[in-house]
Amino acid sequence: MTISREDVLRVAELAHLELTEEELDTYRGQLNSILSYIDKLRALDTSSVEPMAQILHDAPGAESDSLRDDVVKPDASGPEILRQAPDAIPGWFRVPRVMER
Amino acid sequence: MNADGMWNISSVRSTILRKKISARELAEDFYVRIKRENPHLNAFLALSPERAFAQADRMDSLLARGERLPPLAGVPIAIKDVISTTGIPTTCGSKILENYVPPYDATAVQRLEEAGAVILGKTNCDEFAMGSSNENSAYGPVRNPVAPGRVPGGSSGGSAAAVAAGLAVAALGTETGGSIRQPGACCGIPALMPSYGRVSRYGLIAFASSLDRIGPLATSVEDTAAILGVMAGRDPLDSTSCSVPVPDYQSHLGAAMDGLRIGIPREYFGEGLDPEVRRKVEEAIGVLEKLGCRRVELSMPHTDYAIAVYYVVATAEASSNLARYDGVRYGLREPASTLRDMYRRTRGRGFGAEVKRRIMLGTYALSAGYYDAYYLRAQRVRGLIARDFSEAFQQADVLITPTTPTPTFRLGEHTQDPLQMYLADIFTVTASLAGVPAISVPCGRTAAGLPVGLQIIGPHFREDRVLQVARAYERATQDTAN
Repeated sequence: MTISREDVLRVAELAHLELTEEELDTYRGQLNSILSYIDKLRALDTSSVEPMAQILHDAPGAESDSLRDDVVKPDASGPEILRQAPDAIPGWFRVPRVMER
Repeated sequence: MNADGMWNISSVRSTILRKKISARELAEDFYVRIKRENPHLNAFLALSPERAFAQADRMDSLLARGERLPPLAGVPIAIKDVISTTGIPTTCGSKILENYVPPYDATAVQRLEEAGAVILGKTNCDEFAMGSSNENSAYGPVRNPVAPGRVPGGSSGGSAAAVAAGLAVAALGTETGGSIRQPGACCGIPALMPSYGRVSRYGLIAFASSLDRIGPLATSVEDTAAILGVMAGRDPLDSTSCSVPVPDYQSHLGAAMDGLRIGIPREYFGEGLDPEVRRKVEEAIGVLEKLGCRRVELSMPHTDYAIAVYYVVATAEASSNLARYDGVRYGLREPASTLRDMYRRTRGRGFGAEVKRRIMLGTYALSAGYYDAYYLRAQRVRGLIARDFSEAFQQADVLITPTTPTPTFRLGEHTQDPLQMYLADIFTVTASLAGVPAISVPCGRTAAGLPVGLQIIGPHFREDRVLQVARAYERATQDTAN
């Protein structure tokens, strides 16, 4: 299968990426070539194997205490975190208007 | 310092203990080297002399008071720029985080400092650790100090170059699919990827969370073992870090090699392997056999699918992880009149070409209508690759392969063809997908003088065995060189 210009635009839209015309063309060609390489996965029978979403270890100790109690802890780093923001007022991140008046 | 002017952990310790040099003088000496070499190498993106000198002074006063020095006391170490460091800019090699200064330390960094290490600064890397040549950094490529005109590998290219050039005694790198081992091979130094879950990822800025790992690059196998020992173990701040007991890696380095089964997977020695790399790796296998290892030929039939699996799984996870760079909370913001346009413009201009390419690929693989065909199928094949490893480790104690199919390539050689660049990781992504530990150690040079890397892969949490084989090989080849 091949990726159309509309596919590239749709994906860029989903990913919130503003692309130039030149980037649209380049990515279309490159995504086509990468996806046709990835198509080799279709050759395999995968019906006998579960999807592996994460590494599951069978070593002793690997499974234990991976969950902690859900307890709220005080944290005073708020002002420091806000200092990193491009636009902030005490207690808030400020962004461009979301809704029309 | 040894004959070629390179320090290691044990020479730093003995020199400081004998009071021939103070930790502070040593740190000063390293900054002099960095200021001299870095304008050419571009291995460091930020230096942290205040923090380094404060730590060095702490070590010097411990010694002055006659107290016991911690294991890495005064050892100058560099940190890859995707690992968070309080008060030191951390850019991930990206314009989108140009002015970002983390308010906390990664657990790995905290543990190194608790062990006495002196953090020199942050090393250059491919943007968000995406690349195999360091050419994807927004702050310019890194030069390979041992192979002029060639790439240092990537994505931990700055860490590898800094260590190989003697600008740090060791460095932390990170891996998602070869990013520690491949630059180690390209720069001719040992480079270790621990098991997934062995070292906390807390503070490692996420690329692909089911694959990301932190590991050391150093000038000897022993030093990688020492650094791993300090960093390894359960961390409550990373739920995927494991409580498996951490052995004393250094004391295991000299364990007996007799009868150890070394598995040679034939799929790693097929078409596409450079003949000189093949010859060097075959020679290394011969060295291990002389040490008493038994060679076991075996097959790992799904090896050829690993790159395809990796570029679906890693990009899918990246497209989700990198959604956080939206111009709201930190980093770059491109002004726009609506929130949505602000997101799109900030991300469109803040990310480089490779990062955008991978976000696009991952978003596509996760999008409606393609999720089953790409993402779920890739996860199933990942399961088959992991099964290849568990079956191989029933026949062999470790696996021996080349680290890379070719020696380091020229700057600019693969930049126009992303797929060719991806294939540089063909022998490293497999262990990444399976979660097992692996090291690359130098195994000689090609006729043109380019370093070749030997890869040793072990079962989950058997870093001790990987390091033991690596050390035995290193010792055997150093003996013949002398």
